[in-house]
Amino acid sequence: MKKQCMVLFVENNAGVLTRVSSLFMQRGFNIDSLTVSSTENPKISRITIVTTGDEKNFHQIMKQTDKLVESKMIFSVEPSFSLIQELLLVKFSTVGADIEALKKLIKDFGANAVDITSGCLIAELAASPDVVDDFLEAVHDFKMIEMCRSGAIAMERGDVAYDL
Amino acid sequence: MILNGSEILVKVLLEQGVDTVFGYPGGTVLNIYDALYKNSDKIKNYLTAHEQGAAHAADGYARATGKVGVVIATSGPGATNLVTGIATAYMDSVPMVAITGNVASHLIGCDSFQEVYITGITMPITKHNFVVRKVEDLADTLRDAFRIASSGRPGPVLVDIPKDITAESTTYIPAPPVEKTITKKIVGNVEEVAELINRAERPFIYFGGGVKLSEASDELLELIRRADIPASHTLMAAGVIDYREENNLGLLGMHGRYSANCAANRADVMIAIGTRFSDRVALNTQKFGHNAKIIHIDIDPGEINKNVIADYSIVGDVETVLQELLKYVKPNEHKAWKAKIAEWKKDDFAPEPCETELKPYYIIEKTCNTVGEDAIYSTDVGQHQMWAAQFLHHTKPKNFLTSGGLGTMGYGYGAAIGAQVACPDRKVVHFTSDGSLHMNLNELCTAVSYKLPVITVIFNNTVLGMVHQWQGVFYGQRYSASEPNRATDYVKVAEAFGAKGFRCSTPAEFDKAIEDAVKCDGPVWIECVIDKDEKVLPMIPAGKTVHDTIFK
Repeated sequence: MKKQCMVLFVENNAGVLTRVSSLFMQRGFNIDSLTVSSTENPKISRITIVTTGDEKNFHQIMKQTDKLVESKMIFSVEPSFSLIQELLLVKFSTVGADIEALKKLIKDFGANAVDITSGCLIAELAASPDVVDDFLEAVHDFKMIEMCRSGAIAMERGDVAYDL
Repeated sequence: MILNGSEILVKVLLEQGVDTVFGYPGGTVLNIYDALYKNSDKIKNYLTAHEQGAAHAADGYARATGKVGVVIATSGPGATNLVTGIATAYMDSVPMVAITGNVASHLIGCDSFQEVYITGITMPITKHNFVVRKVEDLADTLRDAFRIASSGRPGPVLVDIPKDITAESTTYIPAPPVEKTITKKIVGNVEEVAELINRAERPFIYFGGGVKLSEASDELLELIRRADIPASHTLMAAGVIDYREENNLGLLGMHGRYSANCAANRADVMIAIGTRFSDRVALNTQKFGHNAKIIHIDIDPGEINKNVIADYSIVGDVETVLQELLKYVKPNEHKAWKAKIAEWKKDDFAPEPCETELKPYYIIEKTCNTVGEDAIYSTDVGQHQMWAAQFLHHTKPKNFLTSGGLGTMGYGYGAAIGAQVACPDRKVVHFTSDGSLHMNLNELCTAVSYKLPVITVIFNNTVLGMVHQWQGVFYGQRYSASEPNRATDYVKVAEAFGAKGFRCSTPAEFDKAIEDAVKCDGPVWIECVIDKDEKVLPMIPAGKTVHDTIFK
């Protein structure tokens, strides 16, 4: 069982996200995360899905998803040739905390302190899922109030053209 | 030309060559039915007793003709009543367009009267579905529905139309009928596969409904004959190859022939064509065809390696692939292999004749011989369905209408109605049982109204036969909820609906009944009393292999 990432281009129609997620449920596929966004083409949406399963399962998911009438193209994301990024927002209590140590960690990870309001600091980090995990581990000793984390989005490096 | 949505709908149906629809009116499709009324000389609506019957009728119409079946229902319960019919068509890849009305756009989402989110409900059981939001989109959406339903691997498409859209007007621009796109693209190494077939010592073909949908019977027959390959069919492919063909081993799988299952087990090369290794054939996915190099040919890439891992795969339209394959497949003979299969055939189940009691085999054989080769058969689901699959004289691809994938009890009568409407000059026989018939027997009124001479042959064993059989074998004869012992008098019910009914419990009585039935110009029911302990044999239990075959 391993985590794999795929990118799906779909027609930007109402209900297309429901169709994709319904298909996953129907066939018993896992969704670890799913992110939908608009693209440079207003008629096309881009869905990034991270899933856990074996190789056979992953191929099945790709093929079944590609059969959706509104699916234009699907590809699996090869991590070594791609950027896979998540966005993290995490709120710490600054009351009695070693703010300088926290700020240093934030800086070391390339994160930003984006808000400081009434005893709270919100840090933002856009990084690969592994780095986000590492950051959360590193700030473990600070008093975390809440966090949220987006699903992954992915993009292949270099000059890649999609024929949609 | 400025037309309202309902008139546009009728125009598009006519564009697509539709002259027959099955459906049931209601509040949100009143405008549509008004347009149908004005065009009743061009499109005939068959009003069923229940929308489920209409959906099965559209399905039977499609299976018997290869054309797209059309069903119309109103919003809410009308739409939900279609669900089983749509799912049945989806599982068996039947081209169908289901048109549902919905409440007016401004009422959607307000839990309005007879409102239901039918596109959400049918998402997993349609190839695609649409909600029409603007009348300007209606014509092209319907055209897309016909194209999607019939192209590639066929399937049902639902178009949901809010009531206001059926009343609003826009410009209608005529268009030619949509063509189903037949992909000529082949993905796979055909020459390599042909070479494997040429070198095989114990080749075996396992073919399914995809051969029928692709209309590739001729190419398959050429392959079977030229390379001398024994072949066995799934439930969906009964009739694709004539039952008398020397290399046709008959039905494969759970209730398939022992010799066919042995051949699948011992083959060194298995060529699976237009089929999906369902759990009723590949009962044990690890062991099915385990001595063979498996070649899988199918139009749907999603079927490759889904249930059974193939050594070689070719994705493409079956007819196109077989035509290409035949360029490289050489004439061959497999005498030793066929001799081995002939030995297994000695252990094939052979029903014993009986002069006093009615036996399932006899009923089917006699029906075949009476109604002739051109007849269309539909079935419901259970023991009688398997007997029909085993014993009917399958000669043509589109003559056997059965719910294979979903296994829908209650499918058969609607399907028979659809087939009889499509083929008024042919005999249509509906095989059913006391269990299945009770699910949708209301459709008898439809057959009576339209004077459809469907012959219904009821295998009445007083129990839910297949459940009963499993409980007898696997559940210590604890016949839980499978012995309803209905008091239904089938002859009286038939007569009450305005049809003719016969009851028989001996072969002689059945002979007379079926011979009388073919002369009737309206629907007939023939109740056949059979023993409740009749079994479908042989049987390979779920998850097992041919070595676990139950013979008695």
